[in-house]
Amino acid sequence: MMTVLLFARIRDQLGTDRITVADAATVGEVRLGLMKQYPQLAGIVEKSVFAVNNEFADDDVAIPHGAEVALLPPVSGG
Amino acid sequence: MIRLTRDLIDYHALTETVRRGDCGAVVVFLGTVRDLTGERVTVALDYDAYPAMAEKKMAEIEAETRRRWPVGDIILEHRLGHLEIGDVSVAVAVSCPHRGEAFEACRYAIDRLKELVPIWKKENWADGTTEWVHPGAE
Repeated sequence: MMTVLLFARIRDQLGTDRITVADAATVGEVRLGLMKQYPQLAGIVEKSVFAVNNEFADDDVAIPHGAEVALLPPVSGG
Repeated sequence: MIRLTRDLIDYHALTETVRRGDCGAVVVFLGTVRDLTGERVTVALDYDAYPAMAEKKMAEIEAETRRRWPVGDIILEHRLGHLEIGDVSVAVAVSCPHRGEAFEACRYAIDRLKELVPIWKKENWADGTTEWVHPGAE
């Protein structure tokens, strides 16, 4: 199992700042797994980007064992 | 230098920090909390971040800006937590030898910050409702 850090609207909707998901080889697998597990979030998950070890990661990026994975909805700082 | 803070942004101190004898131009950008978005009235904003990555991205933006312009010094600072109308949420202060490059460098740094850094704001509307701002995912 692996942990995904959550922020902003997604964190509020799920009421937690992290969730545990099945191990996945790539970012794209995590994305699809989350959309299946939480269909109510599919819209925003589709628009979000992932970060692996604090770096933006496209869907084809492999997730190293023990990596820190975060789900980042569109940013709005400034 | 980059910084995330929950305290007031002391923009006078930031400005003094980047002032140098070899720089004839200092540009300071302040982002402040605005009371209107379209026709909706905001009473406050809450800012949240993914701090480790936000700091990493801000440091990368500092480095990119220094590579592209002859920056004497640069500070990017973003405030987190609960902010009221008029509060300063973000500041970028840049010194360069000449004003053209100082304006360009400051503009680049704030534009990249808004595009890349994992920070989010939550609107506190006047009607009592709240809403995270996620451009493109309303």
